[in-house]
Amino acid sequence: MNYPEKYRYTKEHEWVALEDGIATIGITHHAQSELGDIVYVDLPKPGASVEKGKTFGSVESVKAVSDIYAPVGGEVTEANDLLATKPEKLNEDPHGAAWLIRVRASNPEEFPHLMDAAEYQTYVGAES
Amino acid sequence: MVDFGGWDMPVQYTGIVDEHNTVRTAVGLFDVSHMGEIEIRGPEALKLVDYVSTNAASRLAVGQAHYSGLLYEHGGFVDDILVHKVAADSYFLCVNASNQEKDFEHIRAHNKFDCEVDFASPRYAQIAIQGPKALEVLSRLTSIDLAAIRYYWFVDGFVSGFNVRVARTGYTGEDGFEIYVTPGQAVNLWGQLIEAGAPFGIKPCGLGARNTLRLEAAMSLYGHEIGASITPFDAGLGWIVKMDKGDFIGRDALVKQKEKGRTRALAGFEMKGRGIARDGYEVFPDGFNAGWVTSGSPAPTLGKNIGLCFLPADRAKVGEKIGILIRNQTVEAEIAPTPFYRRPK
Repeated sequence: MNYPEKYRYTKEHEWVALEDGIATIGITHHAQSELGDIVYVDLPKPGASVEKGKTFGSVESVKAVSDIYAPVGGEVTEANDLLATKPEKLNEDPHGAAWLIRVRASNPEEFPHLMDAAEYQTYVGAES
Repeated sequence: MVDFGGWDMPVQYTGIVDEHNTVRTAVGLFDVSHMGEIEIRGPEALKLVDYVSTNAASRLAVGQAHYSGLLYEHGGFVDDILVHKVAADSYFLCVNASNQEKDFEHIRAHNKFDCEVDFASPRYAQIAIQGPKALEVLSRLTSIDLAAIRYYWFVDGFVSGFNVRVARTGYTGEDGFEIYVTPGQAVNLWGQLIEAGAPFGIKPCGLGARNTLRLEAAMSLYGHEIGASITPFDAGLGWIVKMDKGDFIGRDALVKQKEKGRTRALAGFEMKGRGIARDGYEVFPDGFNAGWVTSGSPAPTLGKNIGLCFLPADRAKVGEKIGILIRNQTVEAEIAPTPFYRRPK
């Protein structure tokens, strides 16, 4: 799997992309693959605030439910509506169309401290 | 891979839903070698089997099997098992992986009939082939007349030249067979089954699909629907208890429970609100906490979220509304008839 170079990654298997102070957050290919068939995605509404390292939503697959943790903190500007009706998109395109939320990052300087693509690839192992 | 009672087992190969649907519409292959086997032999083997288990082994013919329970004196489950009558003086028990040592010790401790109780697990691997095409696939590898094996009967014979035991049993709600084979031959047999099944779309299936399939069929799973604090009557398994067969371990406790009536009962439910009830979630029949979910999952064949739960016995009625606490929110569900899925005849 190729993990996008411009994203940063967490140990809890979220990715984050930062552009003009807006952080787009998703879960990684590795995460969706471990979860299997995803059936529900619970996300906060625009205006909610998320705290770095704290859970902001959950992803539920046939076998289990998993919390999602915010890689950066800030105010939610957008939640991906696609996932309310088509949660399976998260299995198909976790790094693209199936992003989860966008956040106005309160501390964009946190971004470089996360893992880069190569570090994440090493973290999850070569097979993923 | 997950650790399952000391076994490294795949939860999924191609995906739980894909594997589940493959078993419902075609054929799937499960490596269930983790299951335990115990053999009981001797002139009084029947007496020992009848004494330690709830079903009436005396009603089995040679070549026949049935579902049964091993109970403690207090009426709770040591394990749920399959009993196969191999010969008048020989019985073959298939037991849960995580309980096999406990079961063996339990049976041995009550062996007042001087039987040989043999911990046979190391001698058997087990492969389950399940689905509407199971018979057709398996028949390509054997001259055994598979169609002549009735549901819950078995034969010993050759598959791919290997001497195996083929039972028409399963844990999926579909037709199919469970094959007991020598561990050294299991990998080869698995490969041959995959090859023979290729034209039928056979797929390897993991623990995940095994769970969704058995849940749709409302079959119990030890540690969920049954356990040491749950009696067969609680779990809706009165049909595996033959009170008239004579004494057996747990009988006295069950007699008492029958007189008093059961206080709780296992029931199936369908989610009405959004959410999936998972095992251990609290159940609120009337706004008060009086039960728990034993298993819950999306049901791929039904397109619903389903589960099993314990409730006060008087509330376990089809159509009854219940609330289930899902991550701090009470979500509506309704008691539903079980099994949720029944295969077309």
